[in-house]
Formats: sequence, C-alpha cells, structure tokens
Amino acid sequence: MTMRVNFTVNGRQQQADDVWEGESLLYVLRERLGLPGSKNACEQGECGSCTVRLDGVPVCSCLVAAGQVEGRDVVTVEGLADFARQRAEHGHGGRQRAEHGHGGCATGACGTPLQEARRWSAGGTDSQTGEGAELSPVQQAFIDAGAVQCGFCTPGLLVAADELLERNASPSDADIREALSGNLCRCTGYEKILDAVRLAAARQGEAV
Amino acid sequence: MAPDTRADAVPAGTPTKVTQGSQSRGGIGESTLRPDGTLKVTGEFAYSSDMWHEDMLWGQTLRSTVAHAEIRSIDISEALAVPGVHAVLTYDDLPTDTRNYGLEIQDTPVLAHRKVRHHGEPVALVAADHPETARRAAAKIRIDYAELPLITDEASATAPGAVLVHEGRDDHHIGHVPHPNIVHRQPIVRGDVARARERADVIVKGEYVFGMQDQAFLGPESGLAVPGEDGGVDLYVATQWLHSDLRQIAPVLGLPEEKVRMTLSGVGGAFGGREDISMQIHACLLALRTGRPVKMVYNRFESFFGHVHRHPAKLSYEHGATRDGKLTHLKCRIVLDGGAYASASPAVVGNASSLSVGPYAVDDVDIEAVALYTNNPPCGAMRGFGAVQACFAYEAQMDRLAAELGMDPVEFRQLNAMEQGTIMPTGQPVDSPAPVAELLRRVKARPLPPERQWETAGGEADVRALPGGLSNTTHGEGVVRGVGYAVGIKNVGFSEGFDDYSTARVRMEVVGGEPVATVHTAMAEVGQGGVTVHAQIARTELGVTRVSIHPADTRVGSAGSTSASRQTYVTGGAVKNSCELVRDKVLEIGRRRFGSHHPAWATAELLLEGGKVVTDAGEVLSDLVDVLQDEAVEVEAEWRHRPTEAFDLRTGQGNGHVQYSFAAHRAVVEVDTELGLVKVVELACAQDVGKALNPLSVVGQIQGGTTQGLGVAVMEEIIVDPRTAKVRNPSFTDYLIPTILDTPTIPVDVLELADEHAPYGLRGIGEAPTLSSTPAVLAAIRDATGLELNRTPVRPEHLTGT
Repeated sequence: MTMRVNFTVNGRQQQADDVWEGESLLYVLRERLGLPGSKNACEQGECGSCTVRLDGVPVCSCLVAAGQVEGRDVVTVEGLADFARQRAEHGHGGRQRAEHGHGGCATGACGTPLQEARRWSAGGTDSQTGEGAELSPVQQAFIDAGAVQCGFCTPGLLVAADELLERNASPSDADIREALSGNLCRCTGYEKILDAVRLAAARQGEAV
Repeated sequence: MAPDTRADAVPAGTPTKVTQGSQSRGGIGESTLRPDGTLKVTGEFAYSSDMWHEDMLWGQTLRSTVAHAEIRSIDISEALAVPGVHAVLTYDDLPTDTRNYGLEIQDTPVLAHRKVRHHGEPVALVAADHPETARRAAAKIRIDYAELPLITDEASATAPGAVLVHEGRDDHHIGHVPHPNIVHRQPIVRGDVARARERADVIVKGEYVFGMQDQAFLGPESGLAVPGEDGGVDLYVATQWLHSDLRQIAPVLGLPEEKVRMTLSGVGGAFGGREDISMQIHACLLALRTGRPVKMVYNRFESFFGHVHRHPAKLSYEHGATRDGKLTHLKCRIVLDGGAYASASPAVVGNASSLSVGPYAVDDVDIEAVALYTNNPPCGAMRGFGAVQACFAYEAQMDRLAAELGMDPVEFRQLNAMEQGTIMPTGQPVDSPAPVAELLRRVKARPLPPERQWETAGGEADVRALPGGLSNTTHGEGVVRGVGYAVGIKNVGFSEGFDDYSTARVRMEVVGGEPVATVHTAMAEVGQGGVTVHAQIARTELGVTRVSIHPADTRVGSAGSTSASRQTYVTGGAVKNSCELVRDKVLEIGRRRFGSHHPAWATAELLLEGGKVVTDAGEVLSDLVDVLQDEAVEVEAEWRHRPTEAFDLRTGQGNGHVQYSFAAHRAVVEVDTELGLVKVVELACAQDVGKALNPLSVVGQIQGGTTQGLGVAVMEEIIVDPRTAKVRNPSFTDYLIPTILDTPTIPVDVLELADEHAPYGLRGIGEAPTLSSTPAVLAAIRDATGLELNRTPVRPEHLTGT
C-alpha cells in the first residue's frame, strides 16, 4: 500500500509519490523531497533533531506520519531564513515584541540587552563563508556565538529557537532552557546555545 | 520521487572545498568562526546519513539477540524471497580469508562465525530497495542459537574452568596476562609501598564502581559505498580516522588499499565512538556484491550496539597520608570490563594505570590495571580514555583523606599537587607546566551562586531551577546544597611508543589576483573545530587571507585519529610544518626573482604577512602575488611529536606520554533528599590550555566535555542485565543524556602556560574537562547529603536509600 501526499514545504507545493503508510514526515522530507537538513538522531521524539514547524507548531517530524501532513504547511531549516524574512517584512511577531518589550527587565528576569549580548559574538562579519547565503537572525547568532560544533542538533535547535523568539521576543534564561529542553546537544554543553539565543533576541530587539 | 537536481555520477552530499576569507587577520589566537558554520545552520552540510545516489540500495544488519551462543544454523531463504531484496550475506559469503578486524588485535569478526560473543553482534546483512524492506527481510532470517555460559565479570572470567571468550589467542598480550580472559595487564611499581605505609598516620581504603557510559553522538553510524568500475569502491563515511579504517577494510574486501577510496562525510559527533569500524565493511560488501551503491544508516537502537562504550570499572584504592597532610603511598587495582572484543582496551589499560595516581606527587606506588574479556558489550575509546574512571576514584579518596585529617579538601589537594618536575609513577618527569594547585585555587576563588536561586522576585519557586525541574516535584522543601571539587590529569596524543604522526598537504597559489592557501589533510572533523584551526594556522604562517580547506580523504597521508586530544597538536603541527616548508619554497622563488633588488632577501629573517614578504623588522620586500605569479607551491609532509616509550610490562616504568592536560572543577548542587533528585546549579572549570589557538572553540570544548562528565555523574548508564548480558536501555528514552535544563551554567577560566615542546605552546584540551567534572559533582552530592556514594552514576535510590 502506497499513497500520494501533497503538502507545502517552505512555501512550495510538494508532491510525494509511492509513500508507504508507515513512513514519517521526516523520511519523506529527507529521502523523497531532497531536504536532508532535518536530522534523524533517535526516531522517537526524544532528541528534537528533526524539529520542523507544522502549521506553525514545532513538532518532531519523526513522530508525524507522512499521511498526516496532507494539505498542511511545513517549514524546515532549509526554509528558515525565508520564513524569518517574511515574518519580519509582514510585521508578524512585531506586536508580540511590543507587548513584551524590554521595560522593567533590569532584574534579568527577562532577556539580555544587546550591549551585554554582544560579548557572545566572537567575530564581526567574517562568518559568511557560505558566500552570500541569507541567514535568519537565529542562524547568524548560532554561528557568531560558537553554538555549532558537530552541528547535527543545530537544524532542530534553530527551528525551536526561532519559534521561541517569535512568541517571546525577550526570553529569560529559564525560558530559553524550557523552550529548548526537547532538543539534545552532545557537543556544546548548551552554554553557547544560550548565548546564541540571547544574542539573536537582543539583535532582534535592537532592530525593532 | 527522485529529485531531478541530483546527478548520478557523483553522490549527492559529496563534500566539497570550503573556502574561508577573513577581513581581519584571522590567525591563531583569534576566535575566528567555523568555515562550515553557514552550511551547518542552513541544513546544507552533508552528513554521512544525508548521502544519496541514483539507484542506491539500503543496507541492514541483523544482530544477535543473545550474548553468548553457538550458531547452529542460519536460514536466509525467506529473507531472500522478499520482493525488493537484492542480497543477503553471512559469514560464508565473505570474499577472502581475512574475516576479522580490530584496532590493535584483529579479534572482531566482520560477521559472526559459528558463535556470537555479545548481545547485538552482527550476524547477517541485507540490501533492499527501501530501508523498511531491508529491516523486515532481516527479521525473516532464522538463526538457531545454542546458548553458552556467560562471562560477565572478573570472578566469572577467571574462575577455574571458565569458558574462554576467545580460544586460541595469539596476540602479543597473551604472553604476559594471567588468564586468557584478560586482554592486557599493566602493573606499575615504584618506590617501596610497605615502607612508606609505615609513615602513614591515616590510611583510607575505598572500593569504587564506574558505570558504562555511551558516547551518544547525535549522528548515528552511517555511510554510502559506491562500487567503482575498476572493481574498487568509493566509501563516504563518518569516522575518526580514515586511514585506520582503510587498513582494516581493504584486506577483508580483498582489495589493495588504493582501490578503497575513502572520503570523510559530515560527522555528527564522535567522542571515541567512531574509532572502531561499524558499518564501513558491511556497506562495501553489499555494494560489491550487488553492484549498486549501498547506504547504511543505523537508527538509535542499533547505534547503541554499533559502537564500543566507555569501560565500566571496579577500582580498589588505598592511600596513606601523614598528619600534616602529605600523601605517603598509593595502592590501587583497576578492573576494566572490555567486553567481548579488544577494541582499544590495551591502551585504556595503559592510561588507567599510568594516570591512576592523578595529578599528585606520590613516590611509592603499587598499581595494577587489567581489562577483561567478557560477554558484555565491547568497550573501547571514549573521551577521557581510562583516565576518567581513575579520576572518579582518586578524587573520592582525596576528599575522604582530607576529612580524616580534618583538612580543607582543596588545601589538601594543593599540598600534594604535582608541578613541573614531578616524577610520574612511570618514572617520567613532567617537563612542562603543571599548574594543578593554581587551577584549584581559581575555581575555589570564584564567588558561589546565590542560595535559594530558585526563588523569584515574588517569592514563588521557579521549578525550572529546582531538582526535578518541570516535573514540579519540589518548591524547595527537602532541598540541600553541597559544593565539591576535583582535578584531573589526562595524557595528550597516542602514548607507549606508538608512531603518532600526521600528514598535511599545503598549496599556495594566486587565485583571482590574491594569494590563496589550500590545506588538505585526512583529519576527521567531528565537530571539534580542527578545520577552523587549520585555516588560522595557514593564515599565521603564510600571511594569506583566504584559505581553502580540502575535504578529508585517503588521497593524502594519514592524519592519525581525532582522539586523545591530539588533532590540534599533531595535525595542527603538521599543517604548521608544511606551511613552513611552503614558505621556504616561496622565499626561494622570491630570491630567484627579486634577490638582486634588495640585500635583505639574502640577509634577513623573512616572513609572510598580510600577503607580502616582509623582514622581521617589518620592511616589505614584495607582494606574494608578484613572487608567485602563476607558480603554485605545494608540499605534503609528515610531522611527528617527540617519540614515547612502551611501559615495562613488569614495573610500568617508561617515558610513555607526550604531554599532559589538567582541568579542575567546582560543582555546586542542590539535592532533593526526599526524592533523590539532583540539580547541578553551577559547574565551574579552570583549565590550562597552553595556548588557545581559537579561544571560542576552546571554551566550547571545555563546556561540552564538562557536560559529558555531568551526565555520567547523575544519569548516564548503559544497563547490562547481569543474568543475560543483554543491554536493557538502548534508546534515548531509557539512556538519558543531559538536556539544556539539566545542564548548569559552566563558567570557564582558561590558563595559557606554554608547553615549549608543542606547536605554539599549545596543549590538547578536549578530554581533561570530562575527567574532573564527574567527581566534582559526586563530591558536591556527598557534601549535601553526607552519603558515601562510591558509585557513579548516582541514582535516586542511592540518595533516598529506598
């Protein structure tokens, strides 16, 4: 028994044929649609390496049966830069930033001011080794803060961190830890991932 | 549906050169950013599991369901009949008489022959057109097992009449081990323990147990084998050492090494777990049999069986000390469970014994370390490699000695700390800085995190900062705090006389009007940032801005393993050396072209800086572009660190190590004593790195290593059922690694005391932080609870006594 699945990935209509009913969304993305950015590290929803947005909600794509995404909208790490740019252009998320703001956060219960966050940025503008790739603020911050080592957890963490900053523009450290607690990283000890999210939040706040 | 953008000649995901420019100078000592960073954040970086080839098949391994058994028969007929299956292979299908492999001892069958020795041993292989087809076909292979008695620990291994895990051993260790179920034994005897013992005012004895830890790299074992028209094979794989794999793969396939062309694919972490062969030979066998490209990707369950683990250990220690706090002697015995195959066990034994004293000066020692052959899962390399288990035990001993003497545990350690010039138990002098006391001073001097840090401004409890976290188990009731310290010593590089070298090919030419350096090594970039450092070294030595990092493959000489904290030292050293040779050639060309223009060409010390040839006084002689014109300069050269010696098999004496690396930790924990849950609040580290070539990466390594040590302190353990020798928790649901909520703030203090023997004075750094992190956390939990806790990881029942 196989089926055809139609859904939108990163803004493009996609059709996958010969999908076996047991295949996951992750398998279809990686093996049928040529989008291997989402990673398979546990296939049981424990590690978050396969995190994508499904109709805006972060999900482990390894736990979503491919048939469930019929007619729905998926964003993967490959589409994150576009997704973030469109969000910024259409002002979506700006309202939330205004609500949270920076006021009254001097205790550190909210996020980190840009001035303070800049210390986690190791380099200036030398990071564009992908020669001209357009990056979302979270992607750029992960490079700048040294949050990438082997990088296998990175795609899932980026999707999760981007979603956090969309709904909470100025997260506290505890908020960041809670939001990313479904994403395992074995290389970094998470400190530089925290730095990266703080840096992205602070830069985003500055840009408003 | 096959994506139409993918060509069939070259597999999708084949690594290509990464060129990194730099607006600033970007040399050593700067925190330049990773050249592969952009690819990794956009999802374009191709890991070994991302490879794809037109017409490729999927390979699947069938593994044993029992730990020790005779194989009476294997029936593959049903599996072969499954539509979509292209091949089923067993031991009988192996093409040559070389049917075993191994890092040091070739005791590991490519596929089991008549017998399986551990749970999860590979028995058969399937290639099919869909991974699920391959899995279902593998499940249809019928194997008739007749179970054999189990060897699971030292007592059963050396009991009279014990079954031998390996019969007919002929390896080079069999002559000096007391029993064929012991892989290797290394005693170290120095001074006179009996006499020194008489001087002791206190004697502390302890028995310690260290659980089996998994590397748990996030990218499971995977790769793609593509059969070549010449009868050879192209293998794209994630590994730690391409040339070591090659030496083990080619003879099994019956191919000369030049017909097995290996390219490093993206590696999703390693930590020792990729030092041994996993799917490499299997994928090649299936590809050569079917004539089709074959991809193999382990799932997490299989990954737990697909690589070796950290040796679980039992350690017996006796220390003595005088009333004024000086150590008198040490007796210890370390028993490492090597499991069914040797892997790196002999070298782990060498490390465990030679580093068993820790970073302390003790003249009178009697040490023995052994590794067993058992029917437990094979164990081998993992970050810290034998030094980790010892550090857990000797640091617990230090705390107990200090308590017996009524001394502060840090002051007691400082009083006995080794320093430059101290003689190791092997008789080897420590001939570079050993700032052990200073590292301890630094972590202790750091302000403590505030008490009751979970309380918010409104007086509420933020459960995320409490033991139990989001499980919402306590709001501070029953929570007690403790503080603990530990320090450790790790060797850097391959020891005991191993010819530890690396190779670098460096090319310099003008491209687009600019001098560009290309660095080609076989170094496995596993996340550590070696590629970043190679570019920095090339910039520093050759004065260029743009550096291309060529993909690692076997078309260049061996780089040695990405392990033992050695790559920045050894392959970094090789890149530096090759750059210097390139520089000499460039200057030769310069002298030929322009020597008559300026006397400094002949007389001064010349450097390459900022794209120019300059004198050591800074005078510019020429642009590199003008010197090189259309000539390319290329050098490939091997580079070695100082040679080491084997340890004497009876006394353990010998200059066995190249360099040492030291780190100290202070752990602050909060323990819910009612539920036995631990929250590590802060885990501060101080480490001497000699010279930080890339400070950002150095701190990242220290924080990552620290967190792996935290994991084995409070949660990580592969549970092997002692009755069946079967693994009970091969999944991320049941084998827990720290999440971001489990991991505390990790402040890092980096010291840079140069080792004059090493390139740029650097020290290998990757492993040391994994050593002291675990005992520091244990010490803090003991401090909080008053419990003895001689076992790691600590589980809730150890804290509640239930």
